[in-house]
Amino acid sequence: MYQVITQRVADWLSGLGRVGHFVSDTVSSARDTRIWPGLTVVQMRRIGVNSLPIGLFISAFTGVVLALQSSYTFTGAVPLYFVGTLVGKTVMLELAPVLTGLALSGRVGANIAAELGTMRVTEQVDALETLAYNPFSYLVLPRVLAATVMFPVVVAAAMAVGVASGWITAINLLDLSTVEFVKGLQIFYNFKDIWFGLVKAVSFGFAVALIGCVKGLSVRGGAEGVGRAATEAVVLSAEVILVLDAFWAVVLL
Amino acid sequence: MIIFRDVHKRFGPKAVLQGFSLEIREGETLAIIGYSGSGKSVALKHIVGLLEPDAGEVEVDGRIVHLLSRPELADLRASIGFVFQFAALLDSLTVRENLMLGLKRRDLPEMEMEERVAESLELVGLTGADDRYPAELSGGMRKRVGIARAIALRPRYILYDEPTTGLDPVTSAVIDRLMVRAREKFGVTGVVVTHDMRSAFTVGDRIAMLYRGAVRRVGTVEEIRQSNDPVVRQFIEGRPEGAADAEDAASGAVA
Repeated sequence: MYQVITQRVADWLSGLGRVGHFVSDTVSSARDTRIWPGLTVVQMRRIGVNSLPIGLFISAFTGVVLALQSSYTFTGAVPLYFVGTLVGKTVMLELAPVLTGLALSGRVGANIAAELGTMRVTEQVDALETLAYNPFSYLVLPRVLAATVMFPVVVAAAMAVGVASGWITAINLLDLSTVEFVKGLQIFYNFKDIWFGLVKAVSFGFAVALIGCVKGLSVRGGAEGVGRAATEAVVLSAEVILVLDAFWAVVLL
Repeated sequence: MIIFRDVHKRFGPKAVLQGFSLEIREGETLAIIGYSGSGKSVALKHIVGLLEPDAGEVEVDGRIVHLLSRPELADLRASIGFVFQFAALLDSLTVRENLMLGLKRRDLPEMEMEERVAESLELVGLTGADDRYPAELSGGMRKRVGIARAIALRPRYILYDEPTTGLDPVTSAVIDRLMVRAREKFGVTGVVVTHDMRSAFTVGDRIAMLYRGAVRRVGTVEEIRQSNDPVVRQFIEGRPEGAADAEDAASGAVA
């Protein structure tokens, strides 16, 4: 038992060390400014713009459910305009960043791990190296940067859509006017509600892309290895998102 | 000149190279033959620093590969073209973009890059395929693009990793002819890893046989053809029974 625990801790520490090396190689690859800027723009479109539909879809329905559930909870005890408060606070502080992050950990994390894993097993990564390219400049940095920049953009849009769908639900399905909804929205509003959610999104984007790259580039074997890497990337990303979510709550709230 | 000095390489329990020493002379094409899994490709990857030896060293033009810094290694790689077994074309890029990839690292004028792409594609008989993606090409075409990508760089050395594996005899002959043409036209030094004896006899000036992690025999094509070494004879004649232990023959290396 003692040996098993020791081995697990040793494996975990060596894994952490490998990630540390990976991050350090990624940062030092930024020196080669002829490679990554153009590729980062391409990845921003793939990771950010193309992820907007799924992010907005989730937040639209989250807003609807939040408005209806808060109304159900408040009935008779709390003034109904607090629906606006609850929708705004919950969407901005928690649900837009976390639900979008989890959805994107599947869409983006799995995509990166599978793409880089396939490139690894088909020797495309080796080919890049023999053509005098640093794979960290060409593959890793653009993806990590793009996700770090674009996750907050998708989350910001998700916040807006979530609140808007909550408002539309409130005025159509609940006995609430726009003025009352906005009153509730403003009553405990703090600008921190927005930037707190965006800070979380930045960290989620960085973590999801980094995990996808680490898992993808360390693939061994063929299709089975690629599949395993994609699965591990999604599971680990989701876990890290939840840990980061708690971390930021402790640190910033 | 490329020199392997007593190179050892192990992957887990499997010792792949065990005292591999070999010299590749300027301007020649050397074919390295051996059983599948015997470590031929592993040896080739040491030349460009994709793998590092556990012991021993590989010297290329006076530089010890595993001691080079990343910029020095990039500089060395700029003088070497590598043709991968399955071409390893970047599948998100067109044929033209694949060829441009290496050229862009050379700071060449746009016009010269375009000329080199056109010339290299013409040499491999793929003029007009510029805008096609690797997925739209046959296996043989992909290998020809891989050769064109290496030739476009005008390297001092081209390393071919199993260039004819998996191809039909006619396409294999076409690839062999391309390798010969690349040497005649550009005077490039070549290392060809193969277990295709016809290919080795066609393109090689000399042939080295890798067996049990080390060079078993090295000599001119004629010397290898007439070798009395039973292991070499068994391999070039493709006989299932002979001096090479069946297990070793299959794995090519010992654990």
